[in-house]
Amino acid sequence: MTAAWEMVIGLEVHTELATATKLFCSCRNAFGDEPNTNICPVCLGLPGSLPVLNRHAVELAMRVGLALQSRVEPSIFHRKNYFYPDMPKDYQVSQYDQPINVGGALELPDGSRVGITRAHMEEDTGKTTHVGGGGGRIHGADHSLVDYNRAGVPLVEIVSEPDIHSADQAKAYVNELRSILVAVGASDARMEEGSLRIDANISMRRAGTDALGTRTEIKNLNSVRSLGRALEYEARRQIGLLEAGEAVVQETRHWNEEEGRTSSMRSKEEAYDYRYFPEPDLVALEPPAAWQAEVGAALPALPAARRARLAEVAGVGAGESVATVVQQGLDRLVIAAVEAGADGRLALNRAANELVNRPLPDPTAFATVLKMESGGRLTATQAKAVLAELAESGGDPEAIARAKGFEALAGDVVAEAVDQAIVAHPGEWGRFVGGEAKLAGFFVGKVMAATRGKADGKAVTRLLQERAG
Amino acid sequence: MTALEIARDVRGGARSAREVVEEHLAAIAFREGELHAFNLVLADEARARADEVDRRVAAGEDPGPLAGVPVAVKDNLCTRGVPTTCSSRILDGWRPPYDATVVTRLREAGAVLVGKTNMDEFAMGSSTENSAFGPTRNPRDPSRVPGGSSGGSAAAVAAGFAAVALGSDTGGSIRQPAALCGVVGLKPTYGLVSRYGLVAFASSLDQIGPLGATVADAALALEVIAGHDPADSTSIPQPPPALAGVLSDGVDGLRIGIVRELMGGIDADVAARVAAAAAALEAAGAKVDEASVPALGLGLSAYYLIATAEASSNLARYDGVRYGLRVDGEDITAMYGATRAAGFGAEVKRRIMLGTYALSAGYYDAYYGQAQRVRTLVIRDFEAAYASYDLLLTPTTPSTAFLLGAKTDNPLAMYLSDVCTIPSNLAGHPAVSVPYGTGDDGLPVGVQLLAPALGEATMLRAAAVLEAAGS
Amino acid sequence: MAGISREDVVHVARLARLDVTDDEVDRFTEQLAAVLEHAADVAALDTTGVPPTAHPLPLVNVLREDVPGPSLDRDEVLSMAPAVEDGQFRVPRIL
Repeated sequence: MTAAWEMVIGLEVHTELATATKLFCSCRNAFGDEPNTNICPVCLGLPGSLPVLNRHAVELAMRVGLALQSRVEPSIFHRKNYFYPDMPKDYQVSQYDQPINVGGALELPDGSRVGITRAHMEEDTGKTTHVGGGGGRIHGADHSLVDYNRAGVPLVEIVSEPDIHSADQAKAYVNELRSILVAVGASDARMEEGSLRIDANISMRRAGTDALGTRTEIKNLNSVRSLGRALEYEARRQIGLLEAGEAVVQETRHWNEEEGRTSSMRSKEEAYDYRYFPEPDLVALEPPAAWQAEVGAALPALPAARRARLAEVAGVGAGESVATVVQQGLDRLVIAAVEAGADGRLALNRAANELVNRPLPDPTAFATVLKMESGGRLTATQAKAVLAELAESGGDPEAIARAKGFEALAGDVVAEAVDQAIVAHPGEWGRFVGGEAKLAGFFVGKVMAATRGKADGKAVTRLLQERAG
Repeated sequence: MTALEIARDVRGGARSAREVVEEHLAAIAFREGELHAFNLVLADEARARADEVDRRVAAGEDPGPLAGVPVAVKDNLCTRGVPTTCSSRILDGWRPPYDATVVTRLREAGAVLVGKTNMDEFAMGSSTENSAFGPTRNPRDPSRVPGGSSGGSAAAVAAGFAAVALGSDTGGSIRQPAALCGVVGLKPTYGLVSRYGLVAFASSLDQIGPLGATVADAALALEVIAGHDPADSTSIPQPPPALAGVLSDGVDGLRIGIVRELMGGIDADVAARVAAAAAALEAAGAKVDEASVPALGLGLSAYYLIATAEASSNLARYDGVRYGLRVDGEDITAMYGATRAAGFGAEVKRRIMLGTYALSAGYYDAYYGQAQRVRTLVIRDFEAAYASYDLLLTPTTPSTAFLLGAKTDNPLAMYLSDVCTIPSNLAGHPAVSVPYGTGDDGLPVGVQLLAPALGEATMLRAAAVLEAAGS
Repeated sequence: MAGISREDVVHVARLARLDVTDDEVDRFTEQLAAVLEHAADVAALDTTGVPPTAHPLPLVNVLREDVPGPSLDRDEVLSMAPAVEDGQFRVPRIL
């Protein structure tokens, strides 16, 4: 992207709420069940059925709002009318101009702040599978099949202000939002299962100007990576149009992951006219102040606060390791290890690099490994191996180390190996002493070879420096 | 025999439920071919059910307040495993997998369901001529309509096919046919009776209610079907009203207003019966004078905008995907259009069109939004009137039963026959039509009593006074 | 309020997914115009400051506990459907 242009991005994130049942009926809210097994008169839109709102869904929606610093306001549901086979009633029950959560903001790890417009509740649609076309695509399909298990699953749609100005920032926003959704227990936020879905609005403007350009909306973003790629692509496409003196058309565009490009979704269909009106089968929602206070008081610490605390305990500044550790939910482990006497920076680095997507080890055992490494009892490589084993299978770190043959080398054995290496390579030693610091690696390598990797690299370096005087 | 008498006899062992149901089935066999009150008669099921009631009586159990009472329900009330058509081709072949709450409550009260009654398609109409299965005829004069949309239910009670029947009332669909067939028809307060299992026409206006030969029968049926239902978010969280004990309390001291705005455009013979009813109430000790509820003049237009808008959305689901009729098309849009064109009758299409228009971009504020504001005005004017009156009195319909075909080509004229009944639906208030003599043509005239929300008991006291005075 | 045109009727029929014949378009245009003319009094009314009533009941916060209940039998549901395949509802192509 050229520096002459700035992206203006707003994101709409739909997240399925982690309730036991659907938004308006007592069918199970479950992913991956046999098609059309979690359906009832209500979520199938059978004639005569009526919706009743799920209290827990309201509570989770309030958790999302309060975590995003929104105001919880009196709200109602509307009907959004359009025909599509994945909607059993041919209207979607959704909040419209009176949503439950209004305003708010999200602070990103880099310190930037993205405004939240609203976070409202709505019901999910069913799922269509397209048969007879290429690769399950809707284009060229012969017919489609509909599964209504997902129909009526509660969603919260979180709409950001157009405060995002790069693909990286958009990705950071989604990652941060996912962390919050998981932290407050509102959603598992799994994009691969569709429980978190993103639509992106993007327009371009000349750097340094405030005017908003014509935006496009990108759909079918199935991962954070897709989001980044699609935004970069769409930005280039729009810049190309604008620099050629052409207009960007306001439209919805489909991201094609394989081809790496967006394409217009316009069909012959007339412009949508959703004919919103208040849903007469539901009554107004006005969560009492006491309920809101109770929900707010029960909220766990949010990622921004957890990052600050972790950085403080570990004695480091804000950085990628801190963000990763919090995002992965490893911060309590690291803090416990530090409190048990482990080195903060080491605990942070080992957690961020060795424990991502692994089972959580016992905090005391984790601290023990870190202390063994700091004390020279284990080399870095050995410590990582012990940690991996500890996370996967548990056990006593000393026992694991012994079982792996990580015997502690007596200091004199290492010193002897160092001295032998110096004697064997007088030329290199002379240059090292003469100031060629990078030759330390050469000698460490020799010592490691002689001790079969059991020497601690840091201890060897220290000895080399002592010998060089 | 009234429902009250049947239940008393069956519970006491004086008569068997089987004997009662056979009498009613015989009446159906004799005259149903002429009247067509039913879409479906459940003769075998009714006999089996009656036998079950009799077994319970023999075992010393009490089958309930409607023990052995033959009941008919409008064919827009879901009955598990039994076709529920709304008199529409679009629900062809559909058998609901569940019972409406009112159907469950009738059964639990010991009632015997004898059939599903004919109606205007999706309850849209005032004559039961808009049925895909042909019209119902008025038992009092088969050349005339029974009114609608609950025409089959009104005819079933008037013809003695069932002791009581359930209908639904969105703009007068219980009261208007009750008036035209000479029976009692009651629309309860919105939220008093669960709508769960009532196929929706206009959700914010629809309410289920009873039709009976007497005020006491209607009250009995209402006591059975009323009461909170957690499956309906708009159900009032209160126990059902106790009505039986108050029906004989009279109207001494009640203030009753005749609504001036609803006396214009009324046939002279109907207006005369309203005046006679007022005199009867006065003679019984009520204070009756003329009341003004100005916004009611706007009610009809507001009603048709709100009801059709909600209907256009409620009826979207009939799309050929999950149940009912499908007419194939080369793609889904073609299938939708062909299915709905073939499945809906002219009146339903007209209302879907009107409602879609009223909600569409550019017209929402002028039509739907405006109609909702008028609804507020109607409610406010009612509130003002009820500051001075306990009840209001009006005709139920502007005229007695009209001939089949008389209004089928003029939708607006048909809509105008609901002018007196619509305001209670807009306000969510209860109203009852009570037979009060006949018009110049010898056909029944109904007068209507209106009450504020949950004013059923007071309203039925006055209805009982009129019933006694008129007979 | 301008009257309803033939084009409006065609557009509304498409929104409502109702195939209409030319005759029906003519008839609906005429009939809807008559009803809308009758509604002109409502459309023209000054309702400044009057809030809309969406609902006759003043109920709020009607909520249900998040406890699973029984779902329907799939075979019973699918037996009502016009077309099924692999336990799902089959529909003609969507585009």
